[in-house]
Amino acid sequence: MDFALLPNLVTFFPLVGVLILFFIKAENKVLIRWVSLLTALATFGISLVLLQQFDANNPALQMVTNLPWINVADWNISYYIGVDGLSILLILLTTFLTPIALLSTWSAIEEREKDFNIFFLMLEVGMLGVFMAQDLFLFYVFWEFTLVPMYFLIGIWGGPQRIYASIKFFLYTMAGSLLMLLAILWLGINQGTFAVPDLIALGGIPAGIQTWLFLAFAIAFAIKVPMWPLHSWLPDAHVQAPTAGSVILAGVLLKMGTYGFVRFNLPLFPEAAVKFAPMMATLAVIGIIYGAIVSYYQKDIKKLVAYSSISHLGFVMLGLFALNSQGIQGGILQMINHGLSTGALFLLVGMIYEQTHTRDFEVYGGLWKIMPVYGTVMLIVTLSSMGLPGLNGFVGEFTILLGAWGAGMPGEVLGSYWYAGLSAIGVILAAIYMLYMYQKIFLGPEGSIVESLKAKGHPLRDLSVREIITIVPLLVFIFWIGLYPKPFFALIAPTVDNLVKVLQAAMMH
Amino acid sequence: MNQADFQTLLPVIVLTVWALALLLVDLFVPKEKKWITALLAATGLALTIGISLTQTGQSILGFVREIKLDGIEITVSMVVLDGFSTFVSILLLFSGLMGISIAYGYLKRMGIERGEYYSLILFSIVGMMLMTQAADLIVVFIALELLSIPLYVLAAFANTNASSEESGIKYFLLGAFSGSFVVYGIALVFGATQTTAIAGVAAAASAGTANVPLMLAGSGLILVGFGFKVAAVPFQMWTPDVYQGAPTSVTAFMAAGAKIAGFAALMRVFSTAFPSIAADLTPILAVLAALTMIVGNVAAISQKNIKRMLAYSSIAHAGYILMAFVAFGNPELTNDAISAAIFYLVAYAVTNFGSWAIVISLEEKDGKGLALDDYAGLGKSNPLMAAAMTIFMLSLTGIPPTLGLIGKIYLFRVVVEGGFMWLAIIGVLTSLISAFYYLRVIVIMYMKDGEPKTTSESWLNFTWGTMAVATVIFSFIPASLFKWASEAVMKLF
Repeated sequence: MDFALLPNLVTFFPLVGVLILFFIKAENKVLIRWVSLLTALATFGISLVLLQQFDANNPALQMVTNLPWINVADWNISYYIGVDGLSILLILLTTFLTPIALLSTWSAIEEREKDFNIFFLMLEVGMLGVFMAQDLFLFYVFWEFTLVPMYFLIGIWGGPQRIYASIKFFLYTMAGSLLMLLAILWLGINQGTFAVPDLIALGGIPAGIQTWLFLAFAIAFAIKVPMWPLHSWLPDAHVQAPTAGSVILAGVLLKMGTYGFVRFNLPLFPEAAVKFAPMMATLAVIGIIYGAIVSYYQKDIKKLVAYSSISHLGFVMLGLFALNSQGIQGGILQMINHGLSTGALFLLVGMIYEQTHTRDFEVYGGLWKIMPVYGTVMLIVTLSSMGLPGLNGFVGEFTILLGAWGAGMPGEVLGSYWYAGLSAIGVILAAIYMLYMYQKIFLGPEGSIVESLKAKGHPLRDLSVREIITIVPLLVFIFWIGLYPKPFFALIAPTVDNLVKVLQAAMMH
Repeated sequence: MNQADFQTLLPVIVLTVWALALLLVDLFVPKEKKWITALLAATGLALTIGISLTQTGQSILGFVREIKLDGIEITVSMVVLDGFSTFVSILLLFSGLMGISIAYGYLKRMGIERGEYYSLILFSIVGMMLMTQAADLIVVFIALELLSIPLYVLAAFANTNASSEESGIKYFLLGAFSGSFVVYGIALVFGATQTTAIAGVAAAASAGTANVPLMLAGSGLILVGFGFKVAAVPFQMWTPDVYQGAPTSVTAFMAAGAKIAGFAALMRVFSTAFPSIAADLTPILAVLAALTMIVGNVAAISQKNIKRMLAYSSIAHAGYILMAFVAFGNPELTNDAISAAIFYLVAYAVTNFGSWAIVISLEEKDGKGLALDDYAGLGKSNPLMAAAMTIFMLSLTGIPPTLGLIGKIYLFRVVVEGGFMWLAIIGVLTSLISAFYYLRVIVIMYMKDGEPKTTSESWLNFTWGTMAVATVIFSFIPASLFKWASEAVMKLF
């Protein structure tokens, strides 16, 4: 029976906003926007207090709340939440991106704004719950719950193919998580507890069964990440989702998959993780290269960014399954980096889309002269996504490659330098497709869209103050992580080192 | 009839007398004031709930007698009152209350308001309650008839409407057909064990004096009979037509009440009378459960009419509950299996009445307003109702935060613990299929444009409102319900 207020407050504070929104008339759009934005900002504020209370040197779970929840007939399900190095940054990323995404909707979402904001804040609760939960059952509840608001966000406010995309999103994710549910039940029945720290401490799951459990969890998470070849829902969902939905989808929801691997697959089934590491790393490398090549052939900006996500998350997965400290730390940091860069990319795409209503970059061109601020910001974000030194993407990718290289040494878990070597090609490919897109939009002669907008009397304008406010916080972190990543690594490192010890013990077997 | 006999049957007796009196009183209720009859019927149900609540924790045998079977002398009874029967009876009475609250305005609107409706509901519940209390196969059969005959009449209640009549006659013919299976099965069991008392059957089976092949055949036939009642595949053919044709308030009552009673009887009979042959029946039940889940869910996908879709969904849910029965082969799990099944029935009843109440709100005369497309735009025109329907659909799928998820988890856990992983996998995969058609309702409500006509009627609104709240709230605090369900089961043995 432990109780710590802060993590609970962070997780459920958005519900305060939801409650207030229920009592506001749908016509009162300005008030609705402000209420939800302020709620999200307050949540971010509380999460900063959480960060300040967080002891970075302590590898264990902190600020734990552990209350019995369903305790009948030898069920031991508890309401068990806490924060550690694996989750702290993702929690902050969630609370950080939510107000930004909300701010971006002020001009984009025109109808049923009240419902939109309610769903959005509910989604935030679900995501925070996923990162906080330390009980498998509780985790499953939050995990599945996030599907519902996201399904509505895509399905109601999405593009023309929204219904198809939203159902595909829902069914794909649910397909994976149902098998995970059976694995969770197996663990709960046979180990007598659903609490993750207890399960890790207990250990002793026979290797043969670990294989099955690992796979059941892995499929659920791999769909969410998404890893090649389970990725086909992602481009549809991204292209159809409204901008704010895409930002959160790419920024946070996908990280729930990679987070699941670090939080559950690695420590709960370490022997199976060692056994499957080469396979997972192979899939990750295929994803890196596949995502990059497919990105290059996209004509739709959003689709390009969506496929580039598959490539970037391949890096994250490669890092995690290097199973060493560098790889996992890099993987976690790269989750944050991808959230920032891709979140920013989707925001920027959304901003131009609001003016042009097309995402086909063949019709663009020469925007640099018309929109210099937009062009500069886009350039920074593009370079960050490519992994240019000095910006955040480089730090993550470089650390991951170091980790993968280390794991590739003879006798180590991957046992081959090919993984690191081939994935480095992905970095080059990223430069090609990102710069190609940038060039098409901003350089060269003015595209047809410029003329046609002028003819309609709505010539292209540069970013508004609100749009700049939306994007600047992201830029700050893009530079900060790129130039001085130490404080970020310091938050992750102790917990990761602990995890690596568990994995190394498993490698000895 | 001594004191104990009277006490055992007290709730049943009270409700029977009340129903009979209601028939008479209704004669004097003027046609435009039928709300009095409805109110009186509800009062009777509430009163009986009160009596049942005072009986919680009690365990009494009624109509006890001594019998001699091949030299073994044992005490058997006709009926029994225990935690299980009390729990399920209260659930049934609650279903009756819901059945009345959604029916009152509906009957008026459809022009089929007659006082007998309420008496028939009460009689049917008497049969259902008796079913949960049966300790003798003969009582099982009597209860089966008592609960079915009022339902046949109710299904045809909108008479002169051809589809309602068709529904009534179909239900009657198949009900009679399946009833004969039960009788034949009882006869074979009697032949095998020389008794119809459930305790006697169990004693004969465990003493080894029973004729095992005959008993297996008999229990198989009884299973078929109840398979019809709970709409398990391959005995489900009647369900969509009957559910679609019957007045919607009757359908809702049938879907919950008849299913609860049928499963209660299965639990009573199969866990107490045939534990020794449970292992032989387990594979059959497992296959039945798998088929029921697959057929119900797959067939639901292509439905365009909400009543038919929910009919197939009810078949599918019968399959999920049947999963609990496979654990019977393992005596250690029997308790868990039964409490899981009861819990699921509670979750299903709550969700079921809520969703049917909304179906009734949209239904218009002459069967209009029942197509799925008639729900288009509900999210805009009536956000609260659409939100409630969303909750029900999510609960039927098993998505948090709803009672349906907790119920499903409880069931799956028993199946996994019983070692039937393949069945659990079929269970989750069919849940995935079900997500498709439940989601479609949500898609139509929120993502398609339309001008649905809804009836706002206070009892109806009350029903779907409270059921939606209950579906969510109880999912956060399922422990007390769990506890009650599992304590109910403890008293079964």
